[in-house]
Amino acid sequence: MPGSSAALRDIMKALTLKQLVKTYKNGVQALKGIDLEVEEGNFYALLGPNGAGKTTAIGIVTSLVNKTSGEVRVFDYNIDTQLALAKSCIGLVPQELNFNQFETVSTILLNQAGFYGIPRPVARARLEKFLNTLQLWDKRNAIARSLSGGMKRRMMIARALMHEPRLLILDEPTAGVDIEVRRSMWSFMRDINLAGTTIILTTHYLEEAENLCSHVAIIDKGRIIENDRMSRVLRKLQTEVFILNLRNPIAAAPSMPGYEVKLADDHTLEIEMSKEQNLNDVFSRLSSAGIEVLSMRNKSNRLEELFMRLVEQKTAAVPA
Amino acid sequence: MSAVQPSLTRINVVGFKTIVAREFSRILRIWAQTLVPPAITALLYFIIFGSLIGRRVGDMSGYTYIQYIAPGLIMMSVITHSYGNVVSSFFGAKFGKHIEELLVSPLPNWLIVLGYAAGGVVRGVVVGAVVTLITLLFTKLHISSVAVVLSAVLLSSIVFSLAGMVNAIFAKNFDQISFIPTFVLTPLTYLGGVFYSVNMLPPWAQGLSHANPILYMVNAFRFGFLGLSDVNVGVAYAIMGGAAVVLYVSCVLLLNRGTGTRE
Repeated sequence: MPGSSAALRDIMKALTLKQLVKTYKNGVQALKGIDLEVEEGNFYALLGPNGAGKTTAIGIVTSLVNKTSGEVRVFDYNIDTQLALAKSCIGLVPQELNFNQFETVSTILLNQAGFYGIPRPVARARLEKFLNTLQLWDKRNAIARSLSGGMKRRMMIARALMHEPRLLILDEPTAGVDIEVRRSMWSFMRDINLAGTTIILTTHYLEEAENLCSHVAIIDKGRIIENDRMSRVLRKLQTEVFILNLRNPIAAAPSMPGYEVKLADDHTLEIEMSKEQNLNDVFSRLSSAGIEVLSMRNKSNRLEELFMRLVEQKTAAVPA
Repeated sequence: MSAVQPSLTRINVVGFKTIVAREFSRILRIWAQTLVPPAITALLYFIIFGSLIGRRVGDMSGYTYIQYIAPGLIMMSVITHSYGNVVSSFFGAKFGKHIEELLVSPLPNWLIVLGYAAGGVVRGVVVGAVVTLITLLFTKLHISSVAVVLSAVLLSSIVFSLAGMVNAIFAKNFDQISFIPTFVLTPLTYLGGVFYSVNMLPPWAQGLSHANPILYMVNAFRFGFLGLSDVNVGVAYAIMGGAAVVLYVSCVLLLNRGTGTRE
């Protein structure tokens, strides 16, 4: 896992947020004093419902949003005193399309490199490398607005990489792209993380976060409500729900003491079980009840389940 | 990826060149909007005011009317297009959100302003050159001082590029970027002594005209060509220089505050 060997050496913090607060002019407090540390080499998921404060936090780190108070350091460069150095370390793939739709793909990428002081010959070599890797080389002379949605997203990733940033921030990079493109983007993100780039990813596809990220922070209503290694966070889930597809229809859910069993329809059972229980026991009980199982799958993504529970718990605990 | 501390000087130099090159390529890419209209407008002015009406006007301080208005017409194009370039390019970048490419980059705001202003100056000077070529089809241009001609055109172009940037920073929609050029810039330009000497006006109108900054620019420029000016050229330079400094500082402060660009 990326970053696991890093514990052995003095680990540089790619991003440090201390008591970060953002209050908008209309009085909305988007961030209520969040603390976060992302170590170099991490692949960090930043999750939260819409309006939780993820994009505001990213906006402050990338200086698109002015903070109200608090401290932000990028590779130890304080954005209040060493903004240019901090920004030179960051590559941003924003949520919304933010390139000139009337320029060609090459022009957009070469200009981006120029804004980070990359000499033109170096920029041309990187252009070819990243467009080839992201399967856009054939589109290098195409006008940006003529690209498909998935191509535009990939172009923005290539653009963010032109100065080879040490910290790559991806704000919902796979929103609206088809499964095939999404999978190829995952593989690409994994590769650049393995090559040493720290990545912070926000996404609504929790499966994506679970598959890619070594760490996860969950923001809700401007506060971080969970922040740990992905494996530790997932271990907190005490139960799991399986969906079983049955060969023959049944009229009612079988009685299975110790398990919560629901009949979703006459061919489908939902069984919730704790981590101490085992599937062999489930199957033997179903066999003795004369129920034949054809296939089985998890009801939902585990992270999604945890996410929903955390957000619901907090919503119940904190009055609006 | 590399952990070596980047050279901010190199970033700034390459970044500045990139902004200016991008603005220049934009001017060329939309040449039908940037270069053709001023050429046609100048052609019409010279045909109507220079050749047709001008012949009946007679001499102005020893020069034919067409020679008298030529510097003002060139300056008018420079002012309009310097302003128009920055206001449309910067507002377009805000509207299309690609201003974020610059805002998240390590380039400081003072350099972003400088880059856009330089883009406006490039357009102003290119358009000025095009209009000068059109002028030469109709009359000979007498040049009294090359240094005054060049410095006046550059300073005026800088001032109006920066003014265009202020407009673009505050603008929230396309109406607001056309309001100033239509209702402020055009009247001030026409009343800035392009077509006449302010000495021909009644005293109250002369006094009012001296509150118009464009009068100083047109007259400084005309002084470079014809050696004639309705105003003190030193005062004209002081106004242009002062306006450039005030507008530049304003633009940088506005970007630092995030007015119109950051939340």
